[in-house]
Amino acid sequence: MTCSGKESGAWGEGPQVPVRTTRGAPANGPWGFTMKRSDALVCWFQECGRNSVQQVGGKNASLGELINAEVPVPPGFAVTTAGWRSFFAAAGIAETAPAVLAKLDANDMDALEQAGRTIRAGIEATAFPTELRDEIHAYYQQLSDRCGSPAVPVAVRSSATAEDLPGASFAGQQDTYLWIEGTDALLTHIARCFASLFTARAIAYRIRMGFDHLRVSLSVGVQKMANAAAAGVMFTLNPSNGDRSSIVINSNFGFGESVVSGEVTPDEFLVNKISLELLRRTVPRKAIYYAFDPERRACVRSELPVERGTAASLLDADILELARMGKRIESHYGCPMDIEWAIDCGAASDRKIFILQARPETVWSNRDTSGVAAGKGKSALEHIMASMLAGKRLS
Amino acid sequence: MASKKLFPSPHEIDTIPGTEGWQRMYPYHYTFSTTYPERTEYEEGMFWFYDGLHYPEPVYPFDLIWDEAWYLALSQYNTRIFSVPPAYGIDHRIVNGYAYIAPVAVKDPREVEARAAQFRERAGYYYDNWEPLVAKWEQKLKDTIARLEQLEIPRLPEMEDRSVVTEGVGESKGYRLLKAYDDLINLGILCWQYHFEFLNLAYAAYVSFLDLCQRVFPDVPSQSVTQMISGIDVIMYQPDEELKNLARSAVELALEKVLSSSGSFAEVEAALLKSAAGRKWLAELERARYPWFHISTGTGWYHHDRSWNDNLDVPLASICMYVGKIKLGQSIERPLAEVRKQRDRVTAEYRALIGSAEDRAAFDQLLETARKVFSYVENHLFYVEHWFHSLFWNKVREVGAILKEYGFIGDIEEVWYLRRAEIKEALWDLVCAWATGIKPCGPLVWPKEIAWRKEVMRKFHEWRPPPALGRVPEVIQEPFTMVLWGVTNASFNSWAKLREAQAAGDVREIVGFAASPGMAEGPARVCRSVEEIRHLQDGEILVAPTTSPSWAPAFVKIKACVTDVGGVMCHAAIVCREYGMPAVVGTGGATAIVKTGMTLRVNGSTGEVTIAQ
Repeated sequence: MTCSGKESGAWGEGPQVPVRTTRGAPANGPWGFTMKRSDALVCWFQECGRNSVQQVGGKNASLGELINAEVPVPPGFAVTTAGWRSFFAAAGIAETAPAVLAKLDANDMDALEQAGRTIRAGIEATAFPTELRDEIHAYYQQLSDRCGSPAVPVAVRSSATAEDLPGASFAGQQDTYLWIEGTDALLTHIARCFASLFTARAIAYRIRMGFDHLRVSLSVGVQKMANAAAAGVMFTLNPSNGDRSSIVINSNFGFGESVVSGEVTPDEFLVNKISLELLRRTVPRKAIYYAFDPERRACVRSELPVERGTAASLLDADILELARMGKRIESHYGCPMDIEWAIDCGAASDRKIFILQARPETVWSNRDTSGVAAGKGKSALEHIMASMLAGKRLS
Repeated sequence: MASKKLFPSPHEIDTIPGTEGWQRMYPYHYTFSTTYPERTEYEEGMFWFYDGLHYPEPVYPFDLIWDEAWYLALSQYNTRIFSVPPAYGIDHRIVNGYAYIAPVAVKDPREVEARAAQFRERAGYYYDNWEPLVAKWEQKLKDTIARLEQLEIPRLPEMEDRSVVTEGVGESKGYRLLKAYDDLINLGILCWQYHFEFLNLAYAAYVSFLDLCQRVFPDVPSQSVTQMISGIDVIMYQPDEELKNLARSAVELALEKVLSSSGSFAEVEAALLKSAAGRKWLAELERARYPWFHISTGTGWYHHDRSWNDNLDVPLASICMYVGKIKLGQSIERPLAEVRKQRDRVTAEYRALIGSAEDRAAFDQLLETARKVFSYVENHLFYVEHWFHSLFWNKVREVGAILKEYGFIGDIEEVWYLRRAEIKEALWDLVCAWATGIKPCGPLVWPKEIAWRKEVMRKFHEWRPPPALGRVPEVIQEPFTMVLWGVTNASFNSWAKLREAQAAGDVREIVGFAASPGMAEGPARVCRSVEEIRHLQDGEILVAPTTSPSWAPAFVKIKACVTDVGGVMCHAAIVCREYGMPAVVGTGGATAIVKTGMTLRVNGSTGEVTIAQ
């Protein structure tokens, strides 16, 4: 597998509306892009938007929203909840599962594990309905063609429709399978994502919440696997003080896992959102990183040699480009955002930034927004007096 | 008060060997006292910082007049006129020739409250009536300057004119000389009374706006705040505009060869007089000179800061610089429209990010006030420090000429080695001797004393004053202290660090105030005075002790500017923001570290200057 940046037409060239639409007439979505009818089994990310959560789950909907805001996102498609329902019907879960799940105690972990294993084994052994299988194959082929590869490596992720799964935020708690190549392997891992609806934890959660096991639904995202020279997170405010004029970028070499998991103290860059200038850079030593191992065809944790670990993981130009992107994403959503990003490892001249996920920031945004102005009065004079009395602290 | 021991005690500073007795060059109350325990104790408890902004060099005995003038003026407005609630005035001292100042806080909370009520009414009146009061102020200034121009420094005649008798004048030229000197000094002090009429309030308004921005946006760079009040037209730019007009006119009249044929104005003038076009241009120059060439080549605070009118070589060099730009097809316009566009964009973006409606209202009110006061902050400099001071120094030279005539001093320029009170005494000596028909005592006293004082001043020049003395307080509430000197712990720490690194001879990074945003890299050009800016090459980075309006032509050549002293409202900061180029000010000593030709990287957003090579 070559690094993604060297492939043709990788991503970031704006919305790429697919050639083939199998079902129904395209309808214009609320942001002017083409939306699939709600019963499509598979759809491109760019056919989704923030109102598509019921069809494609939160994560896929958010990726569609970003693509349609012209944010560079690795291309891919979603197996919709309609796709799940067709699979669900073919697997006969409605017939077999009730007996297995009957009278389960949410606190009896052994019984939950046993029931989950039984149902998941059934799901993974189920043959995909022909129509769904053909659709997934066709979309995967198109994606591969676009990426200039016979069988493009993809990431396969479940994308929850909010209340169905525990911890069903966008935070990536669900299964993710990386570096999947070929239709057969792809189908196997989509089935594994479906099966993840029946982990012991998910079953227990639904019992406690009183959700019907047979009405759960799930979408699966299939996204071009992107290699990463550096990756991390970006907040379009300063998470340490809530300053909305700041953008804070955390970064390490390789995939973003080392940053997200907190395994390293990442590089931190503070950028002024208005002037897009780098105000502060903090570059601690990073001991490890995650990188793609071509032998094992997997993402592996590796040591960073001292000289590399003490270097900044981003170029100044990357930082500013990221900040510009962050500013655009914030203005699209209209609120401070928490963004996952990566830079692919093409040549330095054509380094490309892409966004993996973006969600509204919640910590500061939910705080009380009463004023901080020193003066409680209504005039400039009252503010001047209050500010003078507060003075300037020197310590 | 916290007592972090960062700086020496004011009483621990050693006298430089050979300067013992220097204290008599300054008023007695300017000396740190070890004689009176009560005063020693007071001085120990205060925080004194070096006023390098106004006095990058040691103060000549006469030049202390402006320090005394603002000691009185600023303090009285804070303490007795507007009643600034938490701050009285600013106390002053001299150590080894260098000026130190200390803000005096109001400590009793009940007193603060009582003062707040007064301030609300009095300052409120000024803010509410700002424009008409400023118009009145301008008239007062013009009147004061007119009186100074008309002031005659009379010479002492061998015999009084017959008309003294026939018109029953009843006064001698001796009396009139004493009176003229008093009038001269009083006009100077008066001018400084006006200087501070609005300044405390203007700075308070600016500081409050800065404070609000920092509360709402803890990371906000101070230059973003000043950017929001940039692009306001002020007369301080007019002298530079006159130079540009003269440059344009010189190109139209095809005089560029004649202008640049010699660095000396006298020779250029002689050549210009030979052609009609040249005479036309000289007439334009003459029109521009009054008042716009009453521009000091320094800050106006030192007698040696001569004006453009005193030395026409200086504006001529600047005009030639502009002519060169025009001939190369480069723009010499200040990009005012672009500056305003950026200002409006930045302001709108910050405003849109304010979450609370209350804060947004405060932002609007304080921004409006800060913009309203801004032009005063700039314009007063033209009237006082440039126009008035330029004329004033020359009037004092007239007094010096009389003292020279009678052998009190060997050269007019030695008059600055006498305190203003000593000059008054010397004039009494002279006038009484003149009246009595005897030899004055002064010629026996002063030449010897001046020779000694010159040596003392030389030693003062070699000494480096510590950035501060005494105890660092936890909080500073005096508006001037906050704006002009940018007194922050960070700045003192970085100054202290700089001194250490300098001692070790290894400085790679200099930190100052981020005064104008942007990044630039290029060769450094260290200019210690305005005369040196003619060496500037396009694309260089100017490193200077401080800048003033006569440095304006430098800014069309350079890529960035770094200064030793100044806060975000200093001249270099304001001009760089107008030109949209990065500036780092108040570095504490860049001119001592950077050498011409070094490659510098200036980050005007963070205040960092890196010596790349």
